Amino acid sequence: MQIVLLIYLIASFLIFVIPERIKKAVPFFLASVQLGVFIYFFSKIGLVSGGATIIEKIAWVPQLGLEFELVLSGLSLAFVLLITGIGVLVFLYSYAYMKSYSRTDIFYFYLFLFSGAMLGLVLSGNLILFFVFWELTSFLSFLLISFFHEKEASRKAAFQSLFITGLGGLILLAGIILIGSVVDSYSVSVWVENAVMIKSHKFYLPGLVLIFIGVFTKSAQFPFHFWLPGAMQAPTPVSSYLHSATMVKAGIFLLALLNPVLGGRPEWTYILTLVGVITMFLGAYFAITQTDIKAILAYTTISALGILVMLLGIDTVLSTKAAMLFLYVHAFYKAAMFMIAGFIYKKTGTLEWSKMGGLAGIVPITFTIALLALLSMAGLPPMLGFLGKELIYEAKVQLPDVASFILVFGVAGNALMIAVSMFFLFKVFLGKKGKSFEVSYKKDWAYVFGSGVLALLSLFFGLFPSFLGKNIIEPALNSIRKIDYSVKLKIWHGFNDVFFLSVVTVLLGFSLFLLIYRKNRLLEKWRNFNLNFFTIRLVDVFDNTMNSFLKLAKRKTEIVQHGYHRYYILTIFVVASVLLWYQVYVTQGWSLLNVFTLKPFYISGLVVVIVFSTFFSVISSSRIATIITMGVTGYGIALIFLYYSAVDLAITQIIVETLILVMFVLVLQQFPLFAKLSSKASKLRDVLIAITFGSAMTVLALKSINIDFNNRISNYLIENSYVKAYGENVVNVILVDFRALDTMGEVTVLIVAALGVFVLLKSKKV
Amino acid sequence: MEIVLAILVGVLYTAGVYMVLRRSILKFIIGLIFMSNATNLLVFISSGVVAGEPAFVGSEPVDANALSDPLPQALVLTAIVIGFGIVVFTLALKYKFYEATGTDDLDQLKKTDN
Repeated sequence: MQIVLLIYLIASFLIFVIPERIKKAVPFFLASVQLGVFIYFFSKIGLVSGGATIIEKIAWVPQLGLEFELVLSGLSLAFVLLITGIGVLVFLYSYAYMKSYSRTDIFYFYLFLFSGAMLGLVLSGNLILFFVFWELTSFLSFLLISFFHEKEASRKAAFQSLFITGLGGLILLAGIILIGSVVDSYSVSVWVENAVMIKSHKFYLPGLVLIFIGVFTKSAQFPFHFWLPGAMQAPTPVSSYLHSATMVKAGIFLLALLNPVLGGRPEWTYILTLVGVITMFLGAYFAITQTDIKAILAYTTISALGILVMLLGIDTVLSTKAAMLFLYVHAFYKAAMFMIAGFIYKKTGTLEWSKMGGLAGIVPITFTIALLALLSMAGLPPMLGFLGKELIYEAKVQLPDVASFILVFGVAGNALMIAVSMFFLFKVFLGKKGKSFEVSYKKDWAYVFGSGVLALLSLFFGLFPSFLGKNIIEPALNSIRKIDYSVKLKIWHGFNDVFFLSVVTVLLGFSLFLLIYRKNRLLEKWRNFNLNFFTIRLVDVFDNTMNSFLKLAKRKTEIVQHGYHRYYILTIFVVASVLLWYQVYVTQGWSLLNVFTLKPFYISGLVVVIVFSTFFSVISSSRIATIITMGVTGYGIALIFLYYSAVDLAITQIIVETLILVMFVLVLQQFPLFAKLSSKASKLRDVLIAITFGSAMTVLALKSINIDFNNRISNYLIENSYVKAYGENVVNVILVDFRALDTMGEVTVLIVAALGVFVLLKSKKV
Repeated sequence: MEIVLAILVGVLYTAGVYMVLRRSILKFIIGLIFMSNATNLLVFISSGVVAGEPAFVGSEPVDANALSDPLPQALVLTAIVIGFGIVVFTLALKYKFYEATGTDDLDQLKKTDN
């Protein structure tokens, strides 16, 4: 199985090296790879349905106890067959759909890489590995939604989906780590073994909630569902593959995978059923008032995902069985419907149903396929959808606690589904011919092949469900619930309360359909009512939050990065003073050994001169006076050096000071006079800051004088200066011998500075 | 005497910080010079000062503690020279800046473009 993943990775990159003249064959090449993988996994059905689990492990990051562990169980096989099987059809469909667009290379690259990532996700036996694939699918979904990145709507929707699923991914990771810390492992099998311990641990509820949030964002559950309709900006093959059949089911997969670990507790049941029912109902409710056929399909997808979450939440054998079957039901009809929607878009140039109508006569084959798919979507016999719906009702009826609540919404949701399906059929395919058919489009078998196969499968499995039940649903169910249960699917269950519910649903659906079909204005009113009643639209909430966050960031940046040089410096000095004073305050052992004395007086006098010249330099408004008094300060310091036995320092200081003075005087005539730039208040503020800093430095100097350095280095230097380096002046010996490398660095700095000056002065006026 | 010198260090730092906070670039450079002088003096006096005993040695062994400490002197000497390099470079930069923009006001230096 690792090799399979590797094949996906290599094949994705092969796309770029395929020569130009056989570029058209790329989708066929990729579809055949998918087909090969499909057949490979199909051949494992016998093994897996016999109860076997295939495990492959290689060390990944052994230091962290991470393993690249792939597991093929009944559950993962069910998903793998969907991913690869529908993958084949989607790539064939893309051949027709993407022909007219440029940059198809990159499209196929993303899409194929996604197939591989999705496959890796459902095969992961280690939750960290699972998370990596999970994020990869989110990211590729982002790239695919923004494929038409010239359109602002695409970019916005892509960002939205990435933000929501990415945030959810991080929260999921937190949940995984939390639960993982309980058992000290991220391997699913270890989690399952220690399920009892996890369920009684105090981290159970927080971990559960975090993982659920991750699932809800990915699988578009309320209140995170709003990114999915936006994701319809992607090319239709993507909607058909990622946003109906595979990626959005990743959350469902995780719920099924962790059901044995986290399930069986009221928290699991209540949260999932509640969120699932709300999502299911809202999805179906909003589907009916959409005007865009892809949006209708997106909302029904949300509804279907809600059903799946709810079924896994009910957490009985029957409900899990219904969930697994419905997974297939939904993938079959929804992928087919998206393919049809894409074809209709190409044919008519619009996605608005109000401009369509009477397509049945023009595209009879597509009409037949759509009829089958919609029948399955409505849950009517003899399609697989009917079986799915019956099983779901059965599961709901069996649930003792919250049955009535779930049943009411379930029936309402299904009735809405029937109405939506019929509405779709009648508005798009039957009735009067629409106006906007000016787009002439060449027919292509590839448009109908995928949807045709899926619709026929819906029909076939509806009539003969035993193969699906025996070989796919049963192993999946048994691997989720760790039981040995025999699945027998039948189309006719006899007259019981489930049948009664079906009849009620159908009647309700039909009446609703008739109501809105007859009176177009009713739907209009309904839509307006929704707009007025549901004033808080989550998409807007998301946008507003994002905008205000950006504004906040901008304001913060404007405050912190104001662009005024002196305020940056001011901040540095204020912080430095505060820290210095704090350090002075907390440092213990303050003892001043020196005695305050003004002797010798000529040095004290010199200090007074330096202080005065410094002061004058600061306050003077004359440039030349400032520079000369600054020079006085420098020479004064040189004299201090001289008196305190630092001859070399004194010499250097005098030379440097002279050079600086000369430099200043040379350039001074080029500069303007000092202008009065600062206000009195800001001067006062700067004086205060400067005094705070300066006094801190005085205290620092006093403290440092009294630290006993023990002079070991200095003593060594003094002792060896003449003996080893043959120099009498120790300071000079240090510079040119003991620390010669430092001096070389110093010279280098000077050379670089000189070069800089040279270049600056030489370069032409700008 | 060290106390007086420590106070001088504080005064020089005060002057340096005040000048560095001015809007005029020329004053800013002068502030840099004050601060570099202050730092040199700080390092110089940090191991105590000795009058009239420069660190000169001959072939006979000497009492190392009686001499002034040569290490801070060597460090400060390097610092003086490098400080000089910085000041000269800054002056040249300032020269070019004034030539390009015609202003001495740092507050005008908010954007990279004119």
